[in-house]
Amino acid sequence: MSNRDNENFEPKIVAFLCKWCAYSGADLAGVSRLEYPPNVIPILVPCSGKVDMQFILKAFKEGADGVFIGGCHTPNDCHYISGNYKALKRFTLMRKYLEQLGINSKRIRLEWISATEGVKFAKVMKEFVEEIKKLGPLQTR
Amino acid sequence: MKDKLPKERVGVFVCHCGRNIAATVDVKKVVEAISKHPSVVYATDYKYMCSEPGQALIKKAIKEHRLTSVVIAACTPSMHEETFRKVSNEAGLNWYKCEIANIREQCSWVHSDMEKATEKAIKITFSTVEKVIRNAPLEPIKMSVKRKCLIIGGGIAGIQAALDVADAGYDVILVEKLPTIGGRMAQLAETFPTLDCAQCILTPKMVAVARHPNIRLYTLSEVVKIEGFVGNFKVTIRKKPRYVDPEKCILCGDCEKVCPVSVPSEFDRNLKERKAIYIPFPQAVPASYVIDPQTCLGLNPIICGECAEACEANAINYDDSEEIFEEEVGAIIIATGYDIYPKENIGEYGYGKYIDVIDSLQYERLVSSTGPTGGEIRRPSDGKIPKSVAFIQCVGSRDVNHLEYCSKICCMYTAKHALMYKHLVPDGTAYVFYIDIRAAGKGYEEFIKRVQEEYGVVYIRGRVSRIYEENGKLILQASDTLTGEKLNLSVDLVVLAMGMIAKKGNRDVANIAKIPVDSWGFFKEVHPKLRPVETSTNGIFVCGACQGPKDISETVSQASATAAKAIELLSKVEIYHEPIVAEVNPELCSGCKICETVCPFGAIKVVDKIAQVNEILCEGCGSCTSACPTEAIQLRNVKDEQIYSMIEAILR
Repeated sequence: MSNRDNENFEPKIVAFLCKWCAYSGADLAGVSRLEYPPNVIPILVPCSGKVDMQFILKAFKEGADGVFIGGCHTPNDCHYISGNYKALKRFTLMRKYLEQLGINSKRIRLEWISATEGVKFAKVMKEFVEEIKKLGPLQTR
Repeated sequence: MKDKLPKERVGVFVCHCGRNIAATVDVKKVVEAISKHPSVVYATDYKYMCSEPGQALIKKAIKEHRLTSVVIAACTPSMHEETFRKVSNEAGLNWYKCEIANIREQCSWVHSDMEKATEKAIKITFSTVEKVIRNAPLEPIKMSVKRKCLIIGGGIAGIQAALDVADAGYDVILVEKLPTIGGRMAQLAETFPTLDCAQCILTPKMVAVARHPNIRLYTLSEVVKIEGFVGNFKVTIRKKPRYVDPEKCILCGDCEKVCPVSVPSEFDRNLKERKAIYIPFPQAVPASYVIDPQTCLGLNPIICGECAEACEANAINYDDSEEIFEEEVGAIIIATGYDIYPKENIGEYGYGKYIDVIDSLQYERLVSSTGPTGGEIRRPSDGKIPKSVAFIQCVGSRDVNHLEYCSKICCMYTAKHALMYKHLVPDGTAYVFYIDIRAAGKGYEEFIKRVQEEYGVVYIRGRVSRIYEENGKLILQASDTLTGEKLNLSVDLVVLAMGMIAKKGNRDVANIAKIPVDSWGFFKEVHPKLRPVETSTNGIFVCGACQGPKDISETVSQASATAAKAIELLSKVEIYHEPIVAEVNPELCSGCKICETVCPFGAIKVVDKIAQVNEILCEGCGSCTSACPTEAIQLRNVKDEQIYSMIEAILR
């Protein structure tokens, strides 16, 4: 695929946002009217530690070009004590696993975004969409 | 997958939110698109769904179209989820059969391209419909409440909380580690800014605790285990032996006179000695002597036994032993107080080397009328009245090498110390070394002004770099940062305003109670502004300096706040727990125990090779569900199949 095609390419991105921090951060981006690309569709989850590796694989299988996971800051912000660490461990493993499947591990991103970080949420969304645009559409078949 | 579902009749209500949504999202298009969903039997839009007519519209539609689920496409669920669930509940729907599609905060407000924003809003709404049709109707989990409150720590915070809860008519168990309640406040001479005698305002409250019919006081006791959950905690308490029966002790002091062992008194900060049998201070509660088993010779009466012989009341019992017992309580208040930063850590001020360099709490004892010098200020080395005193603020505090935070109370108590010195030695000179004066509080700034202007205390802005002794005088090397001059000041006594630190034991309490501490060891509240006394464990509250540096007035306010929270909990006939909890499909469960190990709340136990969830302990984080290798454990209404169908809806 040529660079020109990539410029017109609109990636599909699923974002799993934890209820306590990242989802509230995304809400704050809204309240602050911070614009970011509409390619990201959120799914509210109770905790980043709830995000199963199957969810990520399912998203790629259904045609997602990128998957984002947003949780609470380490070490102490997780409402459920250690869910963010569980997410981090799984994420590290997932990146290796994706590479083995031939999927660029940059297609998944994990960020800690607090309820006060609307600016960070918007910034990360912009960056991630740009990154996925550069990578181009995911060819799973 | 869809054909397996019972026939759902979904209603979708798309809100314009004035122009907040409608200016960027084509709401008519959303309605048109969502109407094509096979489960959607009714879809409409309205200017303000949350308004009275909007709510009436939803209720009417639920009844007319016999809806089984509703989706409100509007603002974020944290805004109006409760409103709309209440509305649909009033129209006969289960609380959990209403879901919110957030098309405002996470769509219309962050995008400007109408076509793309509309497309996104449709996807969000579709995925929410896919979720709600798979939501099970749930009822909140009901629990009873044990109408008793445990309070850990018998300082002013614990005392205030105990009295408030007990006065409301609930039973209180007050547990204190030391032989008496009273805590740090009992050691203080006077309190700022009113110069009330600390003991005069504290001891009546201590007596009230001892006399209150609803309060059971355990001194020399520690909580060693907390099990259970909000409303239903089971706590294990270890009570150490006192060796003196408080019921029999008449405080005559005959035992003390004959005791051959003298050791430094903790209460008087080592400025005075006490015996191995002693009373920490005359107004101690319980009003009884106590034997310190570490130093007493007579626990083996063959060696000593003098006190038991002298005691005419027969109060002394060398065979007293430790007791361990359990209590059941509904709420727990933690009020374990603070320590001061160890002076030993600050070598440049010569503490330990120069006996006349003392810390702030030693100074309190020195000027207290019940202190080692009977309220006369005499320096420890030679007992002379100091003609000049230097007070150094921020010792340990606001220092990257020691404590980065401000201990909050030192500016005020140092001003109080200087003023008390001027009261006792009117012709003496008091110097205060400070970095900044932080006197934010009612009457605080005025107090500082009075100390400076009326009493002529010399305030020098600067840090002392070194202290050394010369001819019986202490020489302070410092620089005055306002004039830029270097100073060599000679004084008789130096008082260090030590920073406030969390007790070492806080981390143990945190482990027992499963609540977090911050990086300095202070207990962490759920939210510093809006939930300042609640912890992340439901039903456990914190107050006073164990949560962060604060003065007595703030501590007392916080203590009453925890009492109000505890009373709120104890007064409920039943408490409810969110039913979004994990559940196990026994046919799929292999008994591998992975869920048991990942659960941060100890809510899962594998019994007979099948995982079992304690629904009341489960907080619904879903950690177990993502770790389960057989998908046997699922979070109610956030099931894997729900997430999968949402992903499909988003990417279709």
